[in-house]
Amino acid sequence: MARAATTADAFNAVAEPRRRQILDVLAGGERPVNDVVRELGLPQPQVSKHLRVLREVGAVDVREEGRQRLYRLNGYALKPIHDWVKSYERLWAERFDELDDVLEDLKQKEENDGSE
Amino acid sequence: MAVNSGTAKVTLPADDQILITREFDAPKHLVYKAFTTPELVKRWWHANRGEMTVAEIDLRVGGKWRYVMVAEGDFEVGFHGEYREIVPNERIVSTEVYEGVPDAEAVNTMTLTEADGRTTLEILVQHASKEHRDAHIESGMEAGMQDAMDLLEQVAVSLR
Repeated sequence: MARAATTADAFNAVAEPRRRQILDVLAGGERPVNDVVRELGLPQPQVSKHLRVLREVGAVDVREEGRQRLYRLNGYALKPIHDWVKSYERLWAERFDELDDVLEDLKQKEENDGSE
Repeated sequence: MAVNSGTAKVTLPADDQILITREFDAPKHLVYKAFTTPELVKRWWHANRGEMTVAEIDLRVGGKWRYVMVAEGDFEVGFHGEYREIVPNERIVSTEVYEGVPDAEAVNTMTLTEADGRTTLEILVQHASKEHRDAHIESGMEAGMQDAMDLLEQVAVSLR
């Protein structure tokens, strides 16, 4: 969970995997909090905490309609950061895919050496 | 294709940190070997964005390391640093400087934890300040990251 000192930091707000998931859910349009809870499969208090962090940095807006609280994405300011985290993740994912191949070779080599 | 293909978790746990996490289907001594042997590093660190022309590793406390990659269009990116702490097969603490932003030094802590023959890798990048971390992010946005987007676009186009 984000610490008080970092919640105002937009980078941290969108770097938490659950909060990125919330942003992705809301990217499809305005949703009541219950929908977000269902999509994430997390307890409501946890989802509410994440939504509060996202509201504090302006990533989501909320409005009341009857008894419902509707959340919507307000992500223009955050999109570059969101994109960066995703592309940095992709850089490492591709590095690690190559590393998987190297490790397979090392495992094979170790097995062969052991059976000789 | 390995089970973990395509995954890597990146989080920003504090204002001045970046954390990269991944699990590998191999014991930790092999992951350590792949991270500390120059000819092996040359096989994976490029992430398909170019060719590694330099991988120097002087693996001892106070020893230096330097990686250079030449991306398409002869765009050269270099990184170097010094080893501060080495626990074989478990942990390496080293400094890292991106040669494009030479005054922003980060301290990287790589940790390997093994369970049932699988290894969890964590790389914690500790910047001196939030500004330095943001500079890292911005330089990444300008340099290699665009290539990643281009690559993805090519794949998407080819699947059409």
